[in-house]
Amino acid sequence: MSMTEITILSGKGGTGKTSITAALASIASNAVFCDNDVDAADLHLILDPKIREEHVFYGAYVPSIDQSKCTQCGICADNCRFNAITLDKNGNYEIDPFKCEGCRLCERLCPEEAITSKKSDGNRWFVSDTRFGPMVHAHMGPGEENSGKLVTEVRRRARKIAEETGAELILNDGPPGIGCTAISSITGTGHVLIVTEPTIAGLHDAKRLVELVENFNIPISAIINKYDINSEVSDEVDQYFIGKNIPVLAKINFDVAFVKAMLEKKSLIEYNPTSETSEMIKKMWKTLT
Amino acid sequence: MTPFKIAIASGKGGTGKTTVSVNLSYFLSKHITNSIQLVDCDVEEPNDALFFPKAPLTSTKEVTQLIPFIDTEKCTFCRKCAEYCEFNAIVVLPTAKFAQVNASLCHSCGACLHACEFDAITENPEPIGKIRALDNGIGSGLVEGRLNIGSAMQTLLIRELKSEVSSNSKIIIYDAPPGTSCPVVETIAGTDYIILVTEPTPFGLHDLKLTVDLLKDIKKPFGVVVNKAGLGNSDVFNFLKTENIELLGELPFEKSYAKKYASGKLLEGVSPEIEARYMKIIDKIAKRIDEHDRDNNS
Repeated sequence: MSMTEITILSGKGGTGKTSITAALASIASNAVFCDNDVDAADLHLILDPKIREEHVFYGAYVPSIDQSKCTQCGICADNCRFNAITLDKNGNYEIDPFKCEGCRLCERLCPEEAITSKKSDGNRWFVSDTRFGPMVHAHMGPGEENSGKLVTEVRRRARKIAEETGAELILNDGPPGIGCTAISSITGTGHVLIVTEPTIAGLHDAKRLVELVENFNIPISAIINKYDINSEVSDEVDQYFIGKNIPVLAKINFDVAFVKAMLEKKSLIEYNPTSETSEMIKKMWKTLT
Repeated sequence: MTPFKIAIASGKGGTGKTTVSVNLSYFLSKHITNSIQLVDCDVEEPNDALFFPKAPLTSTKEVTQLIPFIDTEKCTFCRKCAEYCEFNAIVVLPTAKFAQVNASLCHSCGACLHACEFDAITENPEPIGKIRALDNGIGSGLVEGRLNIGSAMQTLLIRELKSEVSSNSKIIIYDAPPGTSCPVVETIAGTDYIILVTEPTPFGLHDLKLTVDLLKDIKKPFGVVVNKAGLGNSDVFNFLKTENIELLGELPFEKSYAKKYASGKLLEGVSPEIEARYMKIIDKIAKRIDEHDRDNNS
Protein backbone atom coordinates (compact mmCIF):
# COMPACT_ATOMS: atom_id res chain seq x y z
CA MET A 1 0.00 0.00 0.00
CA SER A 2 1.44 3.36 -0.96
CA MET A 3 1.37 6.26 1.44
CA THR A 4 -0.08 9.69 0.57
CA GLU A 5 0.91 12.97 2.18
CA ILE A 6 -1.60 15.82 2.06
CA THR A 7 -0.68 19.33 3.22
CA ILE A 8 -3.30 21.94 4.06
CA LEU A 9 -2.29 25.52 3.31
CA SER A 10 -4.01 28.85 2.72
CA GLY A 11 -1.68 31.81 2.17
CA LYS A 12 -3.94 34.02 4.29
CA GLY A 13 -4.36 33.16 7.95
CA GLY A 14 -7.72 32.47 9.58
CA THR A 15 -9.40 30.82 6.60
CA GLY A 16 -10.04 27.60 8.53
CA LYS A 17 -7.01 25.36 7.90
CA THR A 18 -6.92 23.85 11.39
CA SER A 19 -10.70 23.43 11.70
CA ILE A 20 -10.76 21.62 8.36
CA THR A 21 -7.72 19.50 9.28
CA ALA A 22 -9.41 18.48 12.55
CA ALA A 23 -12.62 17.60 10.70
CA LEU A 24 -10.67 15.47 8.22
CA ALA A 25 -8.71 13.86 11.07
CA SER A 26 -11.95 12.59 12.58
CA ILE A 27 -12.94 10.94 9.27
CA ALA A 28 -9.54 9.64 8.15
CA SER A 29 -8.65 6.11 9.10
CA ASN A 30 -5.09 4.77 9.37
CA ALA A 31 -3.51 8.23 9.26
CA VAL A 32 -0.74 10.20 10.97
CA PHE A 33 -1.33 13.87 11.81
CA CYS A 34 1.39 16.47 11.74
CA ASP A 35 1.19 20.14 12.72
CA ASN A 36 3.45 22.08 10.33
CA ASP A 37 2.39 25.43 11.80
CA VAL A 38 5.14 25.25 14.41
CA ASP A 39 5.01 28.99 14.95
CA ALA A 40 1.42 29.17 16.23
CA ALA A 41 0.32 25.55 16.50
CA ASP A 42 -3.38 25.04 17.26
CA LEU A 43 -4.28 21.54 16.05
CA HIS A 44 -3.48 20.06 19.47
CA LEU A 45 -6.29 22.15 20.99
CA ILE A 46 -8.79 19.89 19.18
CA LEU A 47 -6.85 16.63 18.88
CA ASP A 48 -5.86 16.69 22.58
CA PRO A 49 -2.63 14.71 22.18
CA LYS A 50 -1.27 12.51 24.96
CA ILE A 51 2.46 13.12 24.70
CA ARG A 52 4.48 9.95 24.28
CA GLU A 53 7.92 11.46 23.46
CA GLU A 54 9.36 14.91 23.98
CA HIS A 55 12.43 16.08 22.03
CA VAL A 56 14.53 19.23 22.13
CA PHE A 57 15.08 20.78 18.73
CA TYR A 58 18.36 22.64 18.78
CA GLY A 59 17.97 25.88 16.87
CA ALA A 60 20.49 28.46 15.76
CA TYR A 61 23.71 29.24 17.62
CA VAL A 62 23.43 32.04 20.18
CA PRO A 63 26.74 33.73 20.98
CA SER A 64 27.72 35.48 24.20
CA ILE A 65 30.63 37.77 25.02
CA ASP A 66 32.94 37.14 27.97
CA GLN A 67 33.36 40.74 29.18
CA SER A 68 36.52 39.85 31.13
CA LYS A 69 38.27 38.93 27.87
CA CYS A 70 36.70 41.59 25.60
CA THR A 71 39.01 44.52 24.74
CA GLN A 72 36.24 46.54 23.01
CA CYS A 73 38.10 46.42 19.70
CA GLY A 74 34.76 46.41 17.86
CA ILE A 75 35.73 43.90 15.14
CA CYS A 76 32.67 41.77 15.93
CA ALA A 77 30.23 44.68 15.70
CA ASP A 78 31.81 46.05 12.50
CA ASN A 79 31.44 42.71 10.74
CA CYS A 80 28.00 41.67 11.99
CA ARG A 81 25.62 42.08 9.08
CA PHE A 82 22.54 41.79 11.28
CA ASN A 83 23.40 44.79 13.49
CA ALA A 84 23.06 42.43 16.44
CA ILE A 85 26.14 43.71 18.31
CA THR A 86 26.05 47.17 19.88
CA LEU A 87 27.69 49.10 22.70
CA ASP A 88 25.66 49.34 25.87
CA LYS A 89 25.55 52.29 28.27
CA ASN A 90 28.70 51.12 30.08
CA GLY A 91 30.76 50.85 26.89
CA ASN A 92 30.52 47.06 26.71
CA TYR A 93 29.57 45.21 23.54
CA GLU A 94 26.35 43.23 23.86
CA ILE A 95 24.58 40.81 21.52
CA ASP A 96 20.87 41.09 20.82
CA PRO A 97 19.75 37.45 20.60
CA PHE A 98 16.63 38.44 18.66
CA LYS A 99 18.62 40.14 15.90
CA CYS A 100 21.37 37.51 15.78
CA GLU A 101 20.92 34.86 13.08
CA GLY A 102 23.57 32.54 14.50
CA CYS A 103 26.24 32.76 11.74
CA ARG A 104 29.08 32.68 14.33
CA LEU A 105 31.23 35.09 12.31
CA CYS A 106 31.79 37.22 15.43
CA GLU A 107 33.05 34.16 17.30
CA ARG A 108 35.48 33.33 14.49
CA LEU A 109 36.79 36.88 14.11
CA CYS A 110 37.30 37.78 17.78
CA PRO A 111 41.09 38.06 18.33
CA GLU A 112 40.66 37.58 22.10
CA GLU A 113 38.47 34.47 21.82
CA ALA A 114 35.99 36.28 24.02
CA ILE A 115 32.93 35.03 22.13
CA THR A 116 31.46 31.55 22.50
CA SER A 117 28.23 30.15 21.10
CA LYS A 118 25.81 27.51 22.09
CA LYS A 119 22.75 26.25 20.32
CA SER A 120 19.40 27.58 21.47
CA ASP A 121 17.24 24.94 23.08
CA GLY A 122 13.91 26.76 23.23
CA ASN A 123 12.14 24.52 20.71
CA ARG A 124 10.37 21.27 21.56
CA TRP A 125 8.71 18.66 19.41
CA PHE A 126 6.48 15.80 20.42
CA VAL A 127 5.21 12.44 19.32
CA SER A 128 1.75 11.88 20.72
CA ASP A 129 -1.32 9.70 20.62
CA THR A 130 -4.73 11.12 19.83
CA ARG A 131 -8.19 9.59 19.60
CA PHE A 132 -7.76 9.64 15.79
CA GLY A 133 -4.21 8.29 15.54
CA PRO A 134 -0.59 9.32 16.12
CA MET A 135 0.38 12.98 15.94
CA VAL A 136 3.69 14.84 15.62
CA HIS A 137 3.73 18.48 16.71
CA ALA A 138 6.04 21.17 18.04
CA HIS A 139 6.29 24.17 20.27
CA MET A 140 8.64 26.98 19.31
CA GLY A 141 10.28 29.19 21.87
CA PRO A 142 9.40 32.89 21.45
CA GLY A 143 11.35 34.58 18.65
CA GLU A 144 13.25 31.40 17.72
CA GLU A 145 14.96 31.01 14.35
CA ASN A 146 14.96 28.01 12.05
CA SER A 147 11.25 27.30 12.02
CA GLY A 148 11.65 25.84 8.51
CA LYS A 149 14.08 23.22 9.82
CA LEU A 150 11.72 22.37 12.67
CA VAL A 151 8.94 21.76 10.11
CA THR A 152 11.27 19.44 8.20
CA GLU A 153 12.05 17.59 11.46
CA VAL A 154 8.41 16.98 12.48
CA ARG A 155 7.50 15.91 8.95
CA ARG A 156 10.43 13.48 8.81
CA ARG A 157 9.21 11.83 12.02
CA ALA A 158 5.59 11.71 10.81
CA ARG A 159 6.78 9.88 7.69
CA LYS A 160 8.79 7.44 9.77
CA ILE A 161 5.77 6.67 11.96
CA ALA A 162 3.61 6.20 8.87
CA GLU A 163 6.14 3.73 7.47
CA GLU A 164 6.43 1.83 10.74
CA THR A 165 2.70 1.57 11.32
CA GLY A 166 1.72 1.07 7.70
CA ALA A 167 -0.42 4.24 7.72
CA GLU A 168 -1.82 5.16 4.35
CA LEU A 169 -1.97 8.87 4.92
CA ILE A 170 -0.16 11.79 6.52
CA LEU A 171 -2.27 14.88 7.07
CA ASN A 172 -0.23 18.06 7.55
CA ASP A 173 -1.82 21.19 9.01
CA GLY A 174 0.26 23.93 7.38
CA PRO A 175 1.28 27.47 8.31
CA PRO A 176 -0.02 30.71 6.77
CA GLY A 177 2.14 32.67 4.35
CA ILE A 178 4.50 31.63 1.57
CA GLY A 179 7.87 32.05 3.34
CA CYS A 180 10.30 29.55 4.85
CA THR A 181 7.82 27.46 6.89
CA ALA A 182 5.39 27.23 3.95
CA ILE A 183 8.24 26.21 1.64
CA SER A 184 9.36 23.54 4.14
CA SER A 185 5.77 22.29 4.36
CA ILE A 186 5.40 21.99 0.59
CA THR A 187 8.77 20.38 -0.24
CA GLY A 188 8.20 16.70 -0.98
CA THR A 189 4.51 16.49 -0.07
CA GLY A 190 2.13 14.62 -2.33
CA HIS A 191 -0.82 16.98 -2.52
CA VAL A 192 -1.62 20.54 -1.43
CA LEU A 193 -5.16 21.27 -0.29
CA ILE A 194 -5.79 25.03 -0.22
CA VAL A 195 -8.39 26.36 2.21
CA THR A 196 -9.36 29.85 1.13
CA GLU A 197 -12.18 32.33 1.69
CA PRO A 198 -14.01 34.62 -0.74
CA THR A 199 -12.35 37.86 0.33
CA ILE A 200 -10.02 39.91 -1.85
CA ALA A 201 -7.24 39.24 0.64
CA GLY A 202 -8.01 35.50 0.67
CA LEU A 203 -7.92 35.36 -3.12
CA HIS A 204 -4.78 37.51 -3.43
CA ASP A 205 -2.95 35.31 -0.93
CA ALA A 206 -4.20 32.04 -2.47
CA LYS A 207 -2.90 33.17 -5.88
CA ARG A 208 0.60 33.74 -4.46
CA LEU A 209 0.46 30.33 -2.77
CA VAL A 210 -0.65 28.61 -5.99
CA GLU A 211 2.26 30.21 -7.83
CA LEU A 212 4.65 28.88 -5.17
CA VAL A 213 3.21 25.35 -5.19
CA GLU A 214 3.26 25.25 -9.01
CA ASN A 215 7.06 25.69 -8.85
CA PHE A 216 7.18 22.36 -6.99
CA ASN A 217 4.94 20.59 -9.51
CA ILE A 218 2.65 19.24 -6.80
CA PRO A 219 -1.08 18.66 -7.46
CA ILE A 220 -3.41 21.22 -5.88
CA SER A 221 -7.07 21.16 -4.95
CA ALA A 222 -9.10 23.73 -3.04
CA ILE A 223 -11.86 24.29 -0.50
CA ILE A 224 -13.66 27.63 -0.39
CA ASN A 225 -14.71 28.26 3.20
CA LYS A 226 -17.23 30.98 4.26
CA TYR A 227 -18.51 30.71 0.67
CA ASP A 228 -21.65 32.82 1.24
CA ILE A 229 -19.91 35.80 2.83
CA ASN A 230 -19.80 37.83 -0.40
CA SER A 231 -21.21 36.32 -3.59
CA GLU A 232 -19.39 38.70 -5.96
CA VAL A 233 -16.02 37.72 -4.54
CA SER A 234 -17.04 34.02 -4.44
CA ASP A 235 -17.66 34.19 -8.20
CA GLU A 236 -14.24 35.71 -8.68
CA VAL A 237 -12.61 32.94 -6.60
CA ASP A 238 -14.55 30.28 -8.57
CA GLN A 239 -13.40 31.76 -11.86
CA TYR A 240 -9.80 31.87 -10.71
CA PHE A 241 -9.72 28.17 -9.80
CA ILE A 242 -11.53 27.20 -13.04
CA GLY A 243 -8.94 29.17 -15.02
CA LYS A 244 -6.13 27.45 -13.14
CA ASN A 245 -7.70 24.02 -13.58
CA ILE A 246 -7.66 23.50 -9.82
CA PRO A 247 -10.58 21.36 -8.62
CA VAL A 248 -12.72 22.97 -5.91
CA LEU A 249 -13.71 20.04 -3.71
CA ALA A 250 -16.10 21.87 -1.40
CA LYS A 251 -17.84 25.22 -1.02
CA ILE A 252 -18.66 25.58 2.65
CA ASN A 253 -21.00 28.34 3.81
CA PHE A 254 -20.10 30.39 6.88
CA ASP A 255 -20.88 28.04 9.75
CA VAL A 256 -20.66 29.20 13.35
CA ALA A 257 -20.57 25.50 14.33
CA PHE A 258 -16.82 25.55 13.60
CA VAL A 259 -16.34 27.94 16.54
CA LYS A 260 -18.86 26.06 18.72
CA ALA A 261 -17.05 22.78 18.05
CA MET A 262 -13.73 24.45 18.91
CA LEU A 263 -15.14 25.65 22.24
CA GLU A 264 -15.96 22.02 23.08
CA LYS A 265 -12.54 20.83 21.85
CA LYS A 266 -14.27 18.77 19.19
CA SER A 267 -13.90 18.55 15.45
CA LEU A 268 -16.89 19.78 13.45
CA ILE A 269 -17.77 16.19 12.54
CA GLU A 270 -17.79 15.14 16.21
CA TYR A 271 -19.80 18.23 17.18
CA ASN A 272 -22.53 17.58 14.65
CA PRO A 273 -21.90 14.57 12.39
CA THR A 274 -25.00 15.06 10.26
CA SER A 275 -25.01 18.81 9.65
CA GLU A 276 -24.93 20.09 6.06
CA THR A 277 -21.29 21.16 6.47
CA SER A 278 -20.26 17.81 7.98
CA GLU A 279 -21.95 15.90 5.16
CA MET A 280 -20.17 18.09 2.62
CA ILE A 281 -16.78 17.50 4.22
CA LYS A 282 -17.38 13.73 4.37
CA LYS A 283 -18.35 13.71 0.69
CA MET A 284 -15.28 15.76 -0.16
CA TRP A 285 -13.03 13.38 1.72
CA LYS A 286 -14.20 10.51 -0.51
CA THR A 287 -13.27 12.47 -3.63
CA LEU A 288 -9.86 13.29 -2.21
CA THR A 289 -8.80 9.82 -1.11
CA MET B 1 10.80 64.70 15.91
CA THR B 2 10.94 60.98 16.64
CA PRO B 3 7.87 59.18 15.32
CA PHE B 4 5.67 57.09 17.59
CA LYS B 5 5.90 53.58 16.16
CA ILE B 6 3.02 51.16 16.62
CA ALA B 7 3.10 47.51 15.48
CA ILE B 8 -0.18 45.65 14.91
CA ALA B 9 0.45 41.96 15.61
CA SER B 10 -1.29 38.68 16.46
CA GLY B 11 -0.20 35.10 16.91
CA LYS B 12 -3.07 33.64 14.96
CA GLY B 13 -3.68 34.64 11.35
CA GLY B 14 -6.97 36.10 10.19
CA THR B 15 -7.84 37.84 13.46
CA GLY B 16 -8.03 41.27 11.81
CA LYS B 17 -4.53 42.82 11.82
CA THR B 18 -5.05 44.39 8.41
CA THR B 19 -8.56 45.61 9.24
CA VAL B 20 -7.29 47.27 12.43
CA SER B 21 -4.17 48.72 10.71
CA VAL B 22 -6.15 50.27 7.87
CA ASN B 23 -8.88 51.63 10.13
CA LEU B 24 -6.49 52.94 12.77
CA SER B 25 -4.38 54.82 10.22
CA TYR B 26 -7.57 56.30 8.77
CA PHE B 27 -9.07 57.41 12.09
CA LEU B 28 -5.75 58.59 13.53
CA SER B 29 -5.22 60.78 10.45
CA LYS B 30 -8.78 62.08 10.69
CA HIS B 31 -8.76 62.88 14.41
CA ILE B 32 -5.18 63.09 15.70
CA THR B 33 -2.62 63.90 13.02
CA ASN B 34 -2.32 63.55 9.27
CA SER B 35 1.40 63.01 9.71
CA ILE B 36 1.04 59.23 9.61
CA GLN B 37 2.53 56.38 7.61
CA LEU B 38 1.21 52.83 7.16
CA VAL B 39 3.81 50.11 6.55
CA ASP B 40 2.75 46.60 5.50
CA CYS B 41 5.37 44.25 6.96
CA ASP B 42 3.46 41.05 6.08
CA VAL B 43 5.76 40.69 3.09
CA GLU B 44 4.70 37.10 2.36
CA GLU B 45 1.09 38.14 1.89
CA PRO B 46 0.83 41.97 1.82
CA ASN B 47 -2.87 42.90 1.86
CA ASP B 48 -3.11 46.53 2.98
CA ALA B 49 -2.89 47.86 -0.59
CA LEU B 50 -5.94 45.79 -1.61
CA PHE B 51 -8.07 48.18 0.42
CA PHE B 52 -6.87 51.15 -1.65
CA PRO B 53 -7.37 49.89 -5.22
CA LYS B 54 -7.21 53.40 -6.71
CA ALA B 55 -4.04 54.47 -4.86
CA PRO B 56 -1.36 55.37 -7.41
CA LEU B 57 2.01 53.69 -7.08
CA THR B 58 4.54 56.42 -6.28
CA SER B 59 7.72 54.36 -6.19
CA THR B 60 9.07 50.82 -6.48
CA LYS B 61 12.41 49.61 -5.25
CA GLU B 62 13.98 46.23 -5.86
CA VAL B 63 15.47 44.66 -2.73
CA THR B 64 18.39 42.32 -3.14
CA GLN B 65 20.33 39.87 -1.05
CA LEU B 66 24.10 39.43 -1.45
CA ILE B 67 24.77 35.89 -2.62
CA PRO B 68 28.37 34.66 -2.65
CA PHE B 69 29.82 33.33 -5.88
CA ILE B 70 32.77 30.93 -5.81
CA ASP B 71 35.27 31.28 -8.65
CA THR B 72 36.37 27.67 -9.24
CA GLU B 73 39.46 28.94 -11.12
CA LYS B 74 40.80 30.45 -7.89
CA CYS B 75 39.21 27.95 -5.46
CA THR B 76 41.51 25.30 -3.98
CA PHE B 77 38.52 23.29 -2.68
CA CYS B 78 39.88 23.49 0.88
CA ARG B 79 36.30 23.52 2.21
CA LYS B 80 36.98 26.23 4.80
CA CYS B 81 34.03 28.31 3.49
CA ALA B 82 31.71 25.32 3.82
CA GLU B 83 32.93 24.81 7.40
CA TYR B 84 32.31 28.49 8.21
CA CYS B 85 28.81 28.39 6.74
CA GLU B 86 26.36 27.68 9.57
CA PHE B 87 23.45 27.36 7.16
CA ASN B 88 24.78 24.46 5.05
CA ALA B 89 24.51 26.69 2.00
CA ILE B 90 27.90 25.80 0.47
CA VAL B 91 28.64 22.54 -1.28
CA VAL B 92 32.30 21.75 -2.06
CA LEU B 93 33.29 18.52 -3.78
CA PRO B 94 37.12 18.56 -4.10
CA THR B 95 37.36 15.48 -6.34
CA ALA B 96 34.84 16.92 -8.81
CA LYS B 97 36.36 20.43 -8.52
CA PHE B 98 32.88 21.62 -7.63
CA ALA B 99 32.06 24.54 -5.28
CA GLN B 100 28.69 26.23 -5.25
CA VAL B 101 26.39 28.31 -3.04
CA ASN B 102 22.75 27.33 -2.57
CA ALA B 103 21.09 30.76 -2.58
CA SER B 104 17.90 29.53 -0.92
CA LEU B 105 19.81 28.55 2.23
CA CYS B 106 22.21 31.53 2.33
CA HIS B 107 21.69 34.20 5.03
CA SER B 108 24.22 36.61 3.48
CA CYS B 109 26.21 36.75 6.70
CA GLY B 110 29.56 37.17 4.91
CA ALA B 111 31.32 34.42 6.90
CA CYS B 112 32.49 32.57 3.76
CA LEU B 113 34.25 35.71 2.49
CA HIS B 114 36.26 35.81 5.70
CA ALA B 115 36.94 32.09 5.44
CA CYS B 116 38.40 32.15 1.95
CA GLU B 117 42.18 32.71 1.88
CA PHE B 118 42.39 32.59 -1.91
CA ASP B 119 40.16 35.49 -2.87
CA ALA B 120 37.85 33.09 -4.69
CA ILE B 121 34.56 34.40 -3.29
CA THR B 122 32.73 37.53 -4.41
CA GLU B 123 29.14 38.58 -3.78
CA ASN B 124 26.41 39.41 -6.26
CA PRO B 125 23.03 41.01 -5.48
CA GLU B 126 20.06 38.71 -6.14
CA PRO B 127 16.48 40.04 -5.98
CA ILE B 128 14.32 38.85 -3.05
CA GLY B 129 11.39 41.24 -3.28
CA LYS B 130 10.13 44.77 -3.75
CA ILE B 131 9.30 47.79 -1.66
CA ARG B 132 6.36 49.69 -3.11
CA ALA B 133 5.00 53.07 -2.00
CA LEU B 134 1.39 54.02 -2.73
CA ASP B 135 -0.45 57.28 -2.22
CA ASN B 136 -3.54 55.96 -0.45
CA GLY B 137 -4.73 59.46 0.51
CA ILE B 138 -3.96 58.96 4.21
CA GLY B 139 -1.07 61.03 5.57
CA SER B 140 2.27 60.08 4.05
CA GLY B 141 0.70 57.05 2.40
CA LEU B 142 1.30 53.31 2.42
CA VAL B 143 4.56 51.41 1.95
CA GLU B 144 4.61 47.63 1.51
CA GLY B 145 7.21 44.91 1.19
CA ARG B 146 6.38 42.16 -1.31
CA LEU B 147 8.48 39.00 -1.12
CA ASN B 148 9.30 37.29 -4.41
CA ILE B 149 7.50 33.96 -4.63
CA GLY B 150 9.91 31.18 -3.64
CA SER B 151 12.18 33.40 -1.54
CA ALA B 152 12.60 32.51 2.14
CA MET B 153 14.25 35.85 2.99
CA GLN B 154 11.20 37.51 4.54
CA THR B 155 13.10 38.75 7.60
CA LEU B 156 15.74 40.53 5.50
CA LEU B 157 13.04 42.16 3.38
CA ILE B 158 11.24 43.42 6.49
CA ARG B 159 14.52 44.87 7.80
CA GLU B 160 15.13 46.68 4.48
CA LEU B 161 11.51 47.86 4.36
CA LYS B 162 11.70 49.38 7.82
CA SER B 163 14.97 51.17 7.10
CA GLU B 164 13.47 52.57 3.88
CA VAL B 165 10.55 54.27 5.66
CA SER B 166 11.21 57.94 6.33
CA SER B 167 10.81 59.01 9.92
CA ASN B 168 9.24 62.36 8.99
CA SER B 169 5.83 61.19 10.12
CA LYS B 170 4.59 61.64 13.67
CA ILE B 171 3.09 58.16 13.73
CA ILE B 172 4.17 55.00 11.92
CA ILE B 173 1.94 51.90 11.90
CA TYR B 174 3.54 48.55 11.07
CA ASP B 175 1.13 45.79 10.03
CA ALA B 176 2.95 42.62 11.17
CA PRO B 177 2.84 39.08 9.75
CA PRO B 178 1.10 36.38 11.83
CA GLY B 179 3.05 34.13 14.20
CA THR B 180 5.73 34.68 16.84
CA SER B 181 9.00 33.86 15.07
CA CYS B 182 11.73 35.92 13.40
CA PRO B 183 9.63 37.96 10.91
CA VAL B 184 7.42 39.14 13.78
CA VAL B 185 10.42 39.93 15.99
CA GLU B 186 11.94 41.94 13.11
CA THR B 187 8.68 43.89 12.63
CA ILE B 188 8.27 44.85 16.28
CA ALA B 189 11.97 45.69 16.84
CA GLY B 190 12.34 49.38 17.64
CA THR B 191 8.60 50.04 17.99
CA ASP B 192 7.19 52.00 20.93
CA TYR B 193 3.93 50.13 21.38
CA ILE B 194 2.23 46.97 20.16
CA ILE B 195 -1.44 46.39 19.56
CA LEU B 196 -2.30 42.70 19.62
CA VAL B 197 -5.41 41.75 17.71
CA THR B 198 -7.15 38.57 18.80
CA GLU B 199 -10.51 36.84 18.57
CA PRO B 200 -12.46 35.30 21.48
CA THR B 201 -11.94 31.68 20.40
CA PRO B 202 -9.68 28.94 21.83
CA PHE B 203 -7.29 29.28 18.85
CA GLY B 204 -7.23 33.07 19.22
CA LEU B 205 -6.55 32.86 22.96
CA HIS B 206 -3.87 30.17 22.65
CA ASP B 207 -1.92 32.15 20.03
CA LEU B 208 -2.44 35.39 21.97
CA LYS B 209 -0.72 33.76 24.96
CA LEU B 210 2.27 32.83 22.76
CA THR B 211 2.57 36.43 21.60
CA VAL B 212 2.21 37.80 25.12
CA ASP B 213 5.09 35.52 26.20
CA LEU B 214 7.21 36.93 23.38
CA LEU B 215 6.42 40.55 24.25
CA LYS B 216 7.12 39.99 27.94
CA ASP B 217 10.40 38.39 26.92
CA ILE B 218 11.48 41.43 24.91
CA LYS B 219 9.85 43.85 27.38
CA LYS B 220 7.55 45.76 25.03
CA PRO B 221 4.45 47.66 26.16
CA PHE B 222 1.28 46.37 24.55
CA GLY B 223 -2.50 46.29 24.67
CA VAL B 224 -5.12 44.01 23.15
CA VAL B 225 -7.99 44.57 20.73
CA VAL B 226 -10.58 41.78 20.72
CA ASN B 227 -12.02 41.50 17.22
CA LYS B 228 -15.09 39.46 16.26
CA ALA B 229 -16.42 39.93 19.79
CA GLY B 230 -19.55 37.86 20.39
CA LEU B 231 -18.31 34.95 18.28
CA GLY B 232 -16.72 32.66 20.89
CA ASN B 233 -16.69 32.87 24.68
CA SER B 234 -15.35 35.07 27.48
CA ASP B 235 -12.09 33.20 28.20
CA VAL B 236 -9.96 35.80 26.43
CA PHE B 237 -11.44 38.61 28.56
CA ASN B 238 -10.82 36.61 31.73
CA PHE B 239 -7.23 36.02 30.63
CA LEU B 240 -6.66 39.75 30.09
CA LYS B 241 -8.11 40.53 33.52
CA THR B 242 -6.04 37.88 35.34
CA GLU B 243 -2.85 38.91 33.56
CA ASN B 244 -3.59 42.59 34.06
CA ILE B 245 -3.30 43.30 30.32
CA GLU B 246 -4.94 46.42 28.96
CA LEU B 247 -8.04 45.79 26.83
CA LEU B 248 -7.91 48.58 24.27
CA GLY B 249 -11.26 47.86 22.71
CA GLU B 250 -13.71 45.39 21.23
CA LEU B 251 -14.88 45.15 17.65
CA PRO B 252 -18.11 43.19 17.22
CA PHE B 253 -18.52 40.32 14.78
CA GLU B 254 -21.08 41.30 12.14
CA LYS B 255 -21.72 39.43 8.92
CA SER B 256 -22.45 42.70 7.12
CA TYR B 257 -19.02 44.01 8.09
CA ALA B 258 -17.36 40.76 6.99
CA LYS B 259 -19.06 41.26 3.61
CA LYS B 260 -17.62 44.79 3.31
CA TYR B 261 -14.17 43.49 4.26
CA ALA B 262 -14.50 40.70 1.67
CA SER B 263 -14.83 43.17 -1.19
CA GLY B 264 -12.19 45.56 0.19
CA LYS B 265 -14.62 48.37 1.03
CA LEU B 266 -13.55 48.84 4.65
CA LEU B 267 -13.47 52.63 4.53
CA GLU B 268 -16.66 53.20 2.52
CA GLY B 269 -19.64 54.40 4.54
CA VAL B 270 -18.10 53.62 7.92
CA SER B 271 -20.88 53.43 10.51
CA PRO B 272 -20.76 55.84 13.47
CA GLU B 273 -20.81 52.74 15.69
CA ILE B 274 -17.54 51.42 14.19
CA GLU B 275 -15.97 54.89 14.30
CA ALA B 276 -16.87 55.18 18.00
CA ARG B 277 -15.22 51.80 18.68
CA TYR B 278 -11.99 52.93 17.05
CA MET B 279 -12.10 56.30 18.82
CA LYS B 280 -12.11 54.44 22.15
CA ILE B 281 -8.95 52.61 21.09
CA ILE B 282 -7.38 55.85 19.83
CA ASP B 283 -8.13 57.67 23.13
CA LYS B 284 -6.04 55.07 24.93
CA ILE B 285 -3.17 55.25 22.45
CA ALA B 286 -3.26 59.07 22.31
CA LYS B 287 -2.09 59.23 25.93
CA ARG B 288 0.94 57.14 25.06
CA ILE B 289 1.69 59.30 22.03
CA ASP B 290 1.56 62.44 24.21
CA GLU B 291 3.93 60.88 26.76
CA HIS B 292 6.28 59.83 23.96
CA ASP B 293 6.29 63.35 22.47
CA ARG B 294 6.94 64.90 25.89
CA ASP B 295 9.83 62.54 26.60
CA ASN B 296 11.40 63.21 23.22
CA ASN B 297 11.10 66.99 23.37
CA SER B 298 12.43 67.46 26.87
